[in-house]
Amino acid sequence: MKSADDIILLSHGGGGTRTSELLKSVILPVLDNPVLAKLDDAACLSLPSSELAFTTDSYVVKPLFFPGGDIGRLAVCGTVNDLAMQGSKPRYLGLGLILEEGLRVADVRRVVESIARAAKEAEVEVVTGDTKVVERSAGGGLFINTSGIGIRRAGVDTHVSNARPGDVVIVSGSVGDHGVAVMSAREGLNFQAHIESDVAPLAGMIGRLLDAVPGVRCLRDPTRGGLAAALNDIARASSVCVRIREQAIPVREEVRGACSLLGFDPLEVANEGKALIVCGAADEERVLAALRADPLGGEARAIGCVTADPRGRVLLETALGGERMVDVPTGENLPRIC
Amino acid sequence: MNGKQQVEEIRELSDRIGRPVRLMEVCGTHTMSAFRTGLRSLLPPEVSLLSGPGCPVCVTSNAFLDRAIAIARRPGTIVTTFGDMIRVPGTETSLERARAEGAQVRVVYSALDTLKLARANPRVDVVFLGVGFETTVPGTALALRDAIDRVPNFRVLCAHKTMPQAMAALLRGGELRIDGFICPGHVSVIIGSQAYEFICREFKTPCVVTGFEGRDMLAGITMLLRQLAESRAEVEIQYTRAVRREGNARARTVVEEVFEESDETWRGLGIIPRSGLAIRPRFRAHDAFFCYEEIKVPESKDPRGCACGDVLRGAKSPRECLLFRKKCTPDHPVGACMVSSEGTCAAYYRYE
Repeated sequence: MKSADDIILLSHGGGGTRTSELLKSVILPVLDNPVLAKLDDAACLSLPSSELAFTTDSYVVKPLFFPGGDIGRLAVCGTVNDLAMQGSKPRYLGLGLILEEGLRVADVRRVVESIARAAKEAEVEVVTGDTKVVERSAGGGLFINTSGIGIRRAGVDTHVSNARPGDVVIVSGSVGDHGVAVMSAREGLNFQAHIESDVAPLAGMIGRLLDAVPGVRCLRDPTRGGLAAALNDIARASSVCVRIREQAIPVREEVRGACSLLGFDPLEVANEGKALIVCGAADEERVLAALRADPLGGEARAIGCVTADPRGRVLLETALGGERMVDVPTGENLPRIC
Repeated sequence: MNGKQQVEEIRELSDRIGRPVRLMEVCGTHTMSAFRTGLRSLLPPEVSLLSGPGCPVCVTSNAFLDRAIAIARRPGTIVTTFGDMIRVPGTETSLERARAEGAQVRVVYSALDTLKLARANPRVDVVFLGVGFETTVPGTALALRDAIDRVPNFRVLCAHKTMPQAMAALLRGGELRIDGFICPGHVSVIIGSQAYEFICREFKTPCVVTGFEGRDMLAGITMLLRQLAESRAEVEIQYTRAVRREGNARARTVVEEVFEESDETWRGLGIIPRSGLAIRPRFRAHDAFFCYEEIKVPESKDPRGCACGDVLRGAKSPRECLLFRKKCTPDHPVGACMVSSEGTCAAYYRYE
């Protein structure tokens, strides 16, 4: 007979002995730090500054494990990157796990280990957390909420409303990898070329970028909605036109192929390890050099510029030499039909 | 030849023709490509592109959709469909809303995926919505052939359509002048370029089977203009790397084994004789029209003020629809052409 503890049961979330066993055997040994180990109702922290950035995000990706990452790594990186894009140094995370009964404990362990690895990479600590179990519905569900606190850097303002005509638009690497990797794992599509998610914590790279060029105008991580949504945010908030060149945008050949097969536009596909940067033209070379010095920014490229008109629009110069608008994508990415 | 030289040649040919030219791309993928590559911005004002009834989701009638939703609401039933279909508003509701209210609706990539699902769930009816043109039909045919006598719970609600008769119907209707057809690439891989020859003979309208890259489309347009300048009307193939005159005989054989020609209702075009494919009686046990005959669906209506029908015939540009960008947006679509990623209204909304 299988051990009684090989799958998650409702009683694992009941707050009794099973809950504490799960914490002690699966979660605490992996996410080891003195604040969390106290298991108090709240983490008590002392921070070097009262200028903080605070964010929260929930992760519901399916499948839980995909080429290049998993839901745990995503939950750390997503929140860390949101803090980093505000020009702050991420320090602490809160972690909420919602498990569906029937989930394999081995999978929970794998996800928590991945959370620990990603947190170490991002130089953050998980200092508070919560675990709940919900009744089985679709089966195999695991949802994560992470909240994060970061210390803001003095004198840095990277808000999307700061872009000005004459600025340069830079992306830290190839676009579309995450969305295509997850989509192909979800649909069981076996592309000949292996496509991996780019999910990675960007706080280190962004920290060094801001050391080199504190005057960067805008920072954004082009996650859901991809480059298209992020560029539109900048164009609208700054009331400028963003003009990009299709031929300058790095897209992996295999991602381009998969997108053309599925009917997606690589500009609209999610990224989880890329940064979009707007800076003054005079800073372009220094920004590119700072990004390229980091392994996560080795393929950084200038992809366009900012002009005054038409305000609030993103325009693309196509590879064919034509021009078209890039709009905010709508709804879910759906496979096309012919 | 690079893009610039090709555009130059298009200008010269357009001057030689000496009158405005209207070309129709009948395939939704061409519509999207023309916008996505910025091709439209490169053409001289005398050469305009009309979008035809080539988006399979868009041309599917509300009556079909209403029936699909009613079947999805049956207990013990899973309806599977290609992605875009789930958001199209029917008369009362959409498959997406029905799913949120508890109906089992799943997005699949093919009929064969659905067959697998049916095998894995033998106690429920699994109903595939068979929409699309000649490109998706062979997949449905193969699934039905595999299912017969083996997977009794696999069903197909069929609204498959064929392209050439719809093109002829547009010309016969005479509502608007079409100077040439940019014929679909993928469809023609199956049916071959021969399928359009009657159009050239009967209507003297040039046809060029064209690929989907921006450069393919520029080359296809050049070939159409050259025919017009030389007063020819022939079927030519630009997309030679994939299409032959005779098409794919094996795929056609499978299709003919499972389907027979039928009259079919198209959104915006009405009933077009011999433009559809019905499941042959031998496969009737899997034909969802017959399996759920007892389900009565109230008369279907199209949304008030929606110009999708005119747009699908090329008679109106989306900009001429009173709902466009106002009541009808990709987030809150009123008509099918705003929903589909290949819909003409969605393309105008996103790219112009």
